[in-house]
Amino acid sequence: MGQWFAENGLLIGLALLDGLAYAALVFMVAVGLNMVFGVLRIVNVAHGSLFAIGAYAAASIGLFLASLGLPPIAGFAALLLAAALVGGILGPLIERLVLRRIYGQEEVLQLLVTFALFMILEDVQKLIWGVQPIFQDAPMKALGTVDVPFGEDVIPFTAYQLFVLPGVALATLAGLAWFLRRTLTGRVIVAVTTDKEAAMAMGIDAAKVTLLTFTFGAALAALGGALASPTTSLVPGIGAQTIVLSFAVVATAGLGQIEGAAISALMIGLGRSIAVYLAPEFEVVVPYLIMVAVLLIRPQGLFGRLETRRV
Amino acid sequence: MPHAVSRRAALLGAAATSGSLLFAGGNAGAQQKPSELRVGITTFLSGPASVFGVPARQAADLLFEEINRAGGIGGIPVRPFYVDEGPGTDHLVGEYRRLVQNEGVHIIFASISSGSCLACTPLSDEMRKTTLLWDCGTQRIFEEGKHPYAFRTQGYGTPEILAPLLYLLKTKPDFRTLAVINQDYAWGRDSWELWKAGMDALKPGVRVVAELFPRFNSTDFSTEITRMLALRPDVILSTSWGGELVTLIRQASERRLLDRSTFVLPVAEASLQQLGRAMPQGHVIGARGDHWNNHPKPKDPARFQRFVDSYRQRHNEYPIYPCHHMAQAIAAMQAGFARAIEAKGGGWPNDQELANAFRGLTFDSPTSTITLREDGQGLEDQIVGLSSFTDRFPFAVPKDMVIFPAAMVSTPVGQKSVDWLKTLKPDMLAQVPAPIAG
Repeated sequence: MGQWFAENGLLIGLALLDGLAYAALVFMVAVGLNMVFGVLRIVNVAHGSLFAIGAYAAASIGLFLASLGLPPIAGFAALLLAAALVGGILGPLIERLVLRRIYGQEEVLQLLVTFALFMILEDVQKLIWGVQPIFQDAPMKALGTVDVPFGEDVIPFTAYQLFVLPGVALATLAGLAWFLRRTLTGRVIVAVTTDKEAAMAMGIDAAKVTLLTFTFGAALAALGGALASPTTSLVPGIGAQTIVLSFAVVATAGLGQIEGAAISALMIGLGRSIAVYLAPEFEVVVPYLIMVAVLLIRPQGLFGRLETRRV
Repeated sequence: MPHAVSRRAALLGAAATSGSLLFAGGNAGAQQKPSELRVGITTFLSGPASVFGVPARQAADLLFEEINRAGGIGGIPVRPFYVDEGPGTDHLVGEYRRLVQNEGVHIIFASISSGSCLACTPLSDEMRKTTLLWDCGTQRIFEEGKHPYAFRTQGYGTPEILAPLLYLLKTKPDFRTLAVINQDYAWGRDSWELWKAGMDALKPGVRVVAELFPRFNSTDFSTEITRMLALRPDVILSTSWGGELVTLIRQASERRLLDRSTFVLPVAEASLQQLGRAMPQGHVIGARGDHWNNHPKPKDPARFQRFVDSYRQRHNEYPIYPCHHMAQAIAAMQAGFARAIEAKGGGWPNDQELANAFRGLTFDSPTSTITLREDGQGLEDQIVGLSSFTDRFPFAVPKDMVIFPAAMVSTPVGQKSVDWLKTLKPDMLAQVPAPIAG
């Protein structure tokens, strides 16, 4: 065992660095999905589209800023602006026009409606941005690379990958925890999540809370997409890939769990990275193996609570 | 408003239909000229592969307009019927039948995905409908069975992999280690099998240090790149395409992996415009054919330039290889119909006569001449070179190009590709044509 670690320890260390960045991106999307489910009780398949549109919007705004001759670092403003615009415009539109009509309906109907929305938004993306890959990597390039020692060699990592992605994810986690536990609005959201009927009986405007939560969740998905956009090419279908993995994270964590989503994203991100080093043929299935293993032992997810049925 | 049908009209219609069926049965050779030539085309209009399918459709529309302006084919206009491959094979099989039975298409172009072609080709046998395989690359189609109504109007996986391998062996013969990073689906796995069989035969002893098959449509290759940075292979092979190739090259380039290893990218051409100046120089690039924008000696330079210019004018981008493959299929269709009509003394061919006309057909593409072999496989030359930049294009194009004659890199009729590749000898390298300087 000791010899195995001596031989592979450095490689595992590298895998941890990669896994951390990957987990950060997955977390950003999954936490929004989890929040939306906690309050609206809807598994929103269209969440993946918000990720994709956030990414496309960030790239478009970034390219526009670059065309104005602004320095590459201005690309970071594009990331935040894209998340705010997508969350602030699409979030309320979707919640008011579509989701509000299916609250309390059968889960199958909710899934079908949000899936239909997902398909429509996929086509909207193609209409606006076409099908050819788009990329805008100015924010990533602006920060350069960091050489990580590896024996007598060095392995270059992008500073964006090493610091920005995990940093933003940690800040989001801490900010959410503070917001939900220390602010009045956050406590109101927690109250609606815990018992909507009781919260309404105490005078909380549940309709307003659902609108706010969905908008916030949509902005988080868009921020995830915006953060991913400097590292990847934007093509049709990126939303679908993201939503599937996010579901795995949410199911592993337990629906409605914020910190749980962070830990699950970390497990899945690190599991995937380590698989690439030790058993690459399992890379694709590792997130789902983790999910199945957790659900077999704890069907409510790692951090989910068993609920007694109310009559 | 629906029309009421009288009993008399119904009876007359039934009588006329029976009569025409009897007539058709007794005179199979007499085929009435249709009012339009209906072409069913399966292509990706949704999903990741729409990066190929949509430009191909755009090229088809452009060329059909040109053909119709010039009087059509055999004097009748051409009308395309597009079908999306995106929803999957089961959907496509139903659509193929619909095209034949409901739309009455005269010929079908299928498909981009190898899985789609493997599903459609048996249908061409069953429905006796001439089907041109216009873009898919799987070698299995004509190696695992005979398909009298199917013809591939371009090259396929084996020459598209063997040509870059031979180029690498000629230009960088001393490499000792190699890693592969391909998409985890049929093409990614099959192309690696072809490469490995050829490499083991032509240069035994190369150590494969990593076989990586990330999930299809991955958006992040950071971990794979880290691993390859740590392993330092001399050569990295990737047959990936579309957004995934763009992402891989960008992420790898940013982390200096392309400074450490030579990349071999047999499908690079379609992504070079998106990569622009981000594509590093000096890496082996292929185009699934010979249709590079800087082709050193196209057969018909004016026709080639006209096609490129028309496409650019309309879509503000250069045509990529699926556009050229579509153009080849359309050129083959024109040549095939002309041959069939001529064979019938000016009459309109039936399905069997049309299929007969494609057997052994030779037609001109803008860059070369393509022959459809007796097994239905097209022989298309392959051009491979090293990525470089010129003043003419804002993206990488190949330099030191080698034109590989199709017959040299294609599996002989009746043999299976992997078995044939295993029989290759290192002295094959002596037959590789000299690179064209510049």
